[in-house]
Amino acid sequence: MNEQRVSEILTKYQADPGAVIAILQDIQEEFSYLPKNALMIVSRELDIPLSRVLSLATFYTAFSLKPKGKHPIHVCLGTACHVRGAQLVLEKFERELGIKTGETSPDMEYSLDAVRCVGCCGLAPVVMVGEDVHGKITQTKAAGLIKKYKK
Amino acid sequence: MAEKAKDKTYRLHLMVCAGTGCVSNHSYEIKEALEKEIKKHGLENEVTVVPTGCNGFCERGPILVVQPGNIFYQQLAVKDVPHLVEEHFLKGRLVSKFMYTPPEEKKPVPVLNDIPFFKKQVLIALRNRGLIDPEKIDESIARDGYKALVKALTEMTPDKIITEITLSGLRGRGGAGFPTGLKWQLVRNAASSNGGGKYIVCNGDEGDPGAFMDRSILEADPHAVIEGMVIGAKAIGATAGFVYVRNEYPLAVQRLSIALDQARDYGLLGSDILGTGFDFDIQIKRGAGAFVCGEETALMASIEGRLGEPRPRPPYPAQSGLWGKPTCINNVETWANVPMIINRGAKWYAGIGTETSKGTKVFSLVGKINNTGLVEVPMGISLREIIYDIGGGIPGGKAFKAVQTGGPSGGCIPREKIDLPIDYESLTEAGSMMGSGGMVIMDQDTCMVDIARYFLSFTHEESCGKCTPCREGTKAMLDILTRITAGKGTEEDIGLLQDLALSIKDSALCGLGKTAPNPVLTTLRYFRDEYEAHIRTKKCPAHVCRQLNIYTINPETCVKVGRGCDVCRRNCASDAITGQKNEAHVIDRAKCIKCGVCFDVCNFGAVKVD
Repeated sequence: MNEQRVSEILTKYQADPGAVIAILQDIQEEFSYLPKNALMIVSRELDIPLSRVLSLATFYTAFSLKPKGKHPIHVCLGTACHVRGAQLVLEKFERELGIKTGETSPDMEYSLDAVRCVGCCGLAPVVMVGEDVHGKITQTKAAGLIKKYKK
Repeated sequence: MAEKAKDKTYRLHLMVCAGTGCVSNHSYEIKEALEKEIKKHGLENEVTVVPTGCNGFCERGPILVVQPGNIFYQQLAVKDVPHLVEEHFLKGRLVSKFMYTPPEEKKPVPVLNDIPFFKKQVLIALRNRGLIDPEKIDESIARDGYKALVKALTEMTPDKIITEITLSGLRGRGGAGFPTGLKWQLVRNAASSNGGGKYIVCNGDEGDPGAFMDRSILEADPHAVIEGMVIGAKAIGATAGFVYVRNEYPLAVQRLSIALDQARDYGLLGSDILGTGFDFDIQIKRGAGAFVCGEETALMASIEGRLGEPRPRPPYPAQSGLWGKPTCINNVETWANVPMIINRGAKWYAGIGTETSKGTKVFSLVGKINNTGLVEVPMGISLREIIYDIGGGIPGGKAFKAVQTGGPSGGCIPREKIDLPIDYESLTEAGSMMGSGGMVIMDQDTCMVDIARYFLSFTHEESCGKCTPCREGTKAMLDILTRITAGKGTEEDIGLLQDLALSIKDSALCGLGKTAPNPVLTTLRYFRDEYEAHIRTKKCPAHVCRQLNIYTINPETCVKVGRGCDVCRRNCASDAITGQKNEAHVIDRAKCIKCGVCFDVCNFGAVKVD
């Protein structure tokens, strides 16, 4: 882990304890998870008990304590997606990737998560890969979508 | 003034939708292709391409509207662009093959306003949708942006502003419908303790699944929200404001921060706004993924950098909000309405809507409906008008079953109530609620028990865990619903669900828990027969609850009509199908995981589900 980056993020927010969530978000973005050392640095520099930092890190779903894959896949399970068969799409991804929801593939290429509504309900069912939104994804389209991101 | 020198008058403006939906349908690639072709034909001084916020008709993206003329092109692909540019923008001939044809009609409709989806809409909060580039403040100003701010800051006293908002009848668009003017008055009157100061908050934590109007407003017209907040700040005497935006909306955050910078540059935000001596600035706070943070006390905790857990009220935020100071929290859509009320007056606004619910409401029309998208309609419009006139009815000629409003806190309104006029009171009376404006349409293939289970799994997962009724009660209800959808329910389960629902409603700490049982209560009220079918016959009438489904292949249809096409076998996820080309295929029930792919891919109707 690059401790220098953590310090830079802390400096950006002038080590303001009120900005702890924003700081954790930047760290999550930088490393694709919250490394233990980073949390310890945040706790020390902001003078917030590590237990409180950890409680924030586990309360909010944007944070992960384990590294995520290079291509994080988020299958939307919002209501509109649900009535158009999103659960089946999610299970199809589990089978195709050979991992369960919440897990990362052993080669660190993909991670699979369910998400509650990305606000693209017009295109349901929706799957996000990284920042890209893909609409009207069916079970039969799932495999092709994974292939698209294969290096 | 270098910017000014670049300003040109163009013959045509091509408004390309750059809302999240259209962007995912490659609208930026369309924009680039348009620019390239325009240049190729030497039209760059006559025709310009403008990326706009969400047009609303997401189903038909990517969307291009040509101004002047309001010509609506839809579902464009990059390969269509050369033809379109040459025909329309060079030769002046409209291209009907890229136009929209309403279902059951043969002729395409060229002009946006003539399309049924747009015809009945009344745009107040979405007044600038598709008309401006949200990243350019000048375009907002050209459409009367910040005119209300000038009026409020230079001609109106805080009391006058509050009176105007009160008389307009505007109520909170986040769901609960609290009168906005009254809220402002309470915050204005509240004495600020420990050193003074009051806060303004814009709640953009649009967590209800199936609702995306706030995202769309922030992306399409961020200045409308900023302007509303500055006017609110002047009225209540606030010096600082926050916009809390969901983590899942990166584009909204990006456009809003551009807008904030531009407003500061123009002296419309920050210190000494318009030279009136009034100071007010706005910061963006990104949410971190917690549904409960849409609840105002949890939201404030999250802004302060703490766990997003609600606390009991009173004290209300108007008395003790952010860092213990009086705080006025309104949602995105509410703020976006404010400038229009100041500009056109309370009387005008109150002239739209019903007795108790004034103005318009933005709904996201999604689910089993032909025209999915975002619509703004006057309060009091009937569900039938929204679903059939604007929404174009149910796809595939299927039967409409219910509409779900209010997200996980709301309920399902059945077909019998399709002529219900929509306002805060009528929806509550029907057992649902306005909520933030999600409207999920359900047809005959939707299972209402599954929907109830879905919402309970949502609220159970999103429950912060602080109070027992919500934490444990939603779990108990979810267990029962899961049991019923698995065909293991008993007759007592319905009574048990009802008892649990009523006690959670009474005893939970915050809105999330208090309203969590609503989806169960309304489905029990209107669709009890579906619960009974699951319990008594162990069947899901809509064939949604998969554990109760049995898939079979009709051998005759498979061979005679489909000639044993083998598509099902190749797509089967669990190797449960055997058979060869020209032969009847068979599903091995022991291996079948009931994913339904065979049913979806069979073009001959040979796969049956019971």
